[in-house]
Amino acid sequence: MADIVIVGAGPAGIGAAEVLCAEGLKPVLIDEGTRAGGQGYRRPAENLALDMNRLMGSEATKYASLHRRFQALLPRIDYRPGTLVWAIDGNTLHLLRDGRAETLAFDKLLIATGAMDRIAPLPGWTLPGVFTLGGAQAVLKDQGCLIGNRVAFLGSSPLLALAAKQYRDMGAEIAVIADTTPFATKAAATPALLRAPRTLFRGLWYMGASLRAGTEMLHGVTPVAVEGSTHVEALVLRDARGRERRFACDAVALGYGLKPETQLADLAGAAFVYDADFRLFLPRIDGMGRARPGLYLAGDGVRIGGADAAEASGALAAHAILADLGRPQDIEATRALARQVQRLRGFQRGLARAFAWPKAQIAALPDAVTLCRCENVTVGEVRAAMAKELGPVEVNRVKAMTRCGMGRCQGRVCGPALQEIVAAKAGSDAAAGRLRGQAPVKPIALAAAGDSA
Amino acid sequence: MEPPKAQFRRVAVRTGQLATLSFDGAPIRATAGDSVLAALLENGALLRRLEFGGEPRAGFCLMGACQDCWVWSAAGGRIRACTTPVADGMALFTEPQPPIDSQPMDRNHG
Amino acid sequence: MSGRTTDVAIVGGGLIGAWTAFFLARRGQRVTLIEKGVVGAQSSGVNFGNLRLQGRFPGQYPLSLRSQALWEDFDALIGEDCEFEQTGHLYLAYDEEEHARLEGYAKVSESYGLAIERVGPADLRRRWPWLGERAVAATFSARDATANPRLVTPAVARAAARLGVDIRENTRVAAVDRSGDGFTLTLADGATLSCGTLVNSAGAWALEIAERFGETAPVFPAGPPQFVTEPFPYLIGPSVQAIDGSVIFRQIPRGNIILAGYPRTAADAQANRAPVPPLKTLAAMKALARVAPILAQCHVIRVWSGIEAYLPDMIPVIGPSETTPGLFHAFGFCGHGFQIGPGVGLCLSEMILDGATPTPLEPFAIGRFRSATTVSEKFRKEFD
Repeated sequence: MADIVIVGAGPAGIGAAEVLCAEGLKPVLIDEGTRAGGQGYRRPAENLALDMNRLMGSEATKYASLHRRFQALLPRIDYRPGTLVWAIDGNTLHLLRDGRAETLAFDKLLIATGAMDRIAPLPGWTLPGVFTLGGAQAVLKDQGCLIGNRVAFLGSSPLLALAAKQYRDMGAEIAVIADTTPFATKAAATPALLRAPRTLFRGLWYMGASLRAGTEMLHGVTPVAVEGSTHVEALVLRDARGRERRFACDAVALGYGLKPETQLADLAGAAFVYDADFRLFLPRIDGMGRARPGLYLAGDGVRIGGADAAEASGALAAHAILADLGRPQDIEATRALARQVQRLRGFQRGLARAFAWPKAQIAALPDAVTLCRCENVTVGEVRAAMAKELGPVEVNRVKAMTRCGMGRCQGRVCGPALQEIVAAKAGSDAAAGRLRGQAPVKPIALAAAGDSA
Repeated sequence: MEPPKAQFRRVAVRTGQLATLSFDGAPIRATAGDSVLAALLENGALLRRLEFGGEPRAGFCLMGACQDCWVWSAAGGRIRACTTPVADGMALFTEPQPPIDSQPMDRNHG
Repeated sequence: MSGRTTDVAIVGGGLIGAWTAFFLARRGQRVTLIEKGVVGAQSSGVNFGNLRLQGRFPGQYPLSLRSQALWEDFDALIGEDCEFEQTGHLYLAYDEEEHARLEGYAKVSESYGLAIERVGPADLRRRWPWLGERAVAATFSARDATANPRLVTPAVARAAARLGVDIRENTRVAAVDRSGDGFTLTLADGATLSCGTLVNSAGAWALEIAERFGETAPVFPAGPPQFVTEPFPYLIGPSVQAIDGSVIFRQIPRGNIILAGYPRTAADAQANRAPVPPLKTLAAMKALARVAPILAQCHVIRVWSGIEAYLPDMIPVIGPSETTPGLFHAFGFCGHGFQIGPGVGLCLSEMILDGATPTPLEPFAIGRFRSATTVSEKFRKEFD
């Protein structure tokens, strides 16, 4: 029997495992987290008195169903939680579990590593109290904590309003919801969004809820700074009419949509193509999620689509695996899944235009702003390196010269903003290049290698 | 302005075994299942100081990706606070602990 | 565009090509430096950054010491900082056989005037308390140093450009032809360039030019696997090397520990790829934790490699072509070209302009490969 390994136990990984199990296969399901569900459908610890129905709102039923189905799958899969894939070499995965390195061979590999927030830096964004928008939600679901008492939500994303609603329901004060995309841009993108009316309705409902609750919701803002000496004290912005506004707060949730975690896909040999809507380099896949023979990519880890698209794309990739193993194909099911994935991802593409990545704001960031928070590299240092004779005009070369993106997170956080700073100089979006993934995808202690005596 | 007493605010009660950690020598009370990050930020607004210049840091992504939220352990290593569960008796620090008896050589980093 | 002329054309914009261009331009030559990618991207940019003096090939000391003097003067010569640090280099022996080898190296180094300190086990622990218990002996050479390879070659190339060198990045050479007593280069875009003197410093890609003029060398590509840890409190001091080659490491002042270890890894010069197998990462981590157990909790954050040119006798080709007057070779630096780079550039400029250099370079003649090739002991050890 072929060794099938799925990396990531979110909706995509679970959706794939279900299809494979139904065919009598027993995949290995590796997850870095200790509880299945991924980031979006993250499951709270059992001893946490958190009302998930209330928190998940309209998603509560799906959330409960996914976890029920995962429980049913458990006896039929080889589930390995708390396991990091830190490198891929040919058909061998290099794992880290309980602080020890081990290996696992595979015939077919499905990577569904999910996404993280895409971040645009601003002055003061390294202060304690500034967290990612996804992190603000994660720590609520996972730990039952709010990131602050009075929270400002900044970025460009429909999730700003959603998270603000969750926070307000749980007792936080909302200082402001501030979106960098002008209202007119969002309205112009609405036709594309109508392709998935249910999701659109939910987004609008949360915006409406914010307004009804008296929370100020601003469109078309220009972030000025997070103020504070040792922690967040205020968020300062210019509103759409150019007036400077100061919102006192003790925390800021920052998010400009999501970006796929593609490091493992990169190490596994996927090819990357620049996507002008998302303004990111994304792995090349076929209609079913194949990246190369034996390698399949699904979920938000390859294309942002949300939980429903992730689950369907996981199932679709599992059908691709079955087909490639020469098993009989369920053409009807495959077609339906493919249509669903295409429609939902199309909607997210629309969202990426409606809630635009603020490339011009990033290109205009002051020199003093920290760009790489790992290595403490400023925007000005990157610009100075590029301005030199024979200076770099490509992100990997900029990294070599400035250390931007060279630290512990390997450019996960600064990468998209670095790309814009370099593109502004290179004169072409795609020519700026993308930071190449390198093992280990996350830091590993020397002790992991074994006998240190 | 003084740092707030707590960055995080607990809104869901956790039941379970109590755990006591120390952070720069001060006792921190937590419950089994808490992450180190939640336990520390429920009691303060600082996890560590940046190696390059000493500015305060308290994590960022809260999901194990950004590698910003670590704290130093008594064993001379560091642990990622957002993905590490608390354990009774953990001794944690904002600054690296001297790993060996003798002082480092003639230079400071940075 | 055709018919452009220059005094010297240099093919290969690595460290050697950049230094050669710099020294030639300083003496008034018109120089064109042609690089297929960007300057200093391959072995010049991805190596460990060691400016090690002890334990070198004996016939290389005059060159090596001359080169070190240039490194020590880098900021004044080049006008930029390259993170040069006179850290010293510590060689560790773990048994008596290794101790004897260490002593052999030390005697050679001393015969060329280098100061080598013998350090016994008790002193080792006193001076470098992070060292594990197992080392039986060590030698320390205080003049050895380190620099940041990523910064060096672009800085030297910029200095050369300020002296008038025409630097052509992203330019491939399609053909090289003899014309009169000089050469005509045809570039990939069809342009031609004629020159009186041609320097072949094309690293892992140098053989094509040599063979075009009827000489050869058994050069092959390989990559040095390199690893780096997160910034850790500054602790280590010198560049440290286990004499068995299992690990070599250094800590930069900002705290990262850079480590490398043999065996070297396969590289594909055509596809321009030199991946680092994860098993080598684990082996290097294990080796470092053995030498410095104190670092067991330090995390590796990144690995990399690049393409270097090797020869079976583990010494480079440096000097004039033996078939073609006006052609000079400098390639195949076998993973130790960084330290001697400036010296090689200076010697080449002297050979080109004065007809000779005061530094003895006979062992590095390309003609040595006309007869049977000597295979170095190092060669057997350092590859898979």
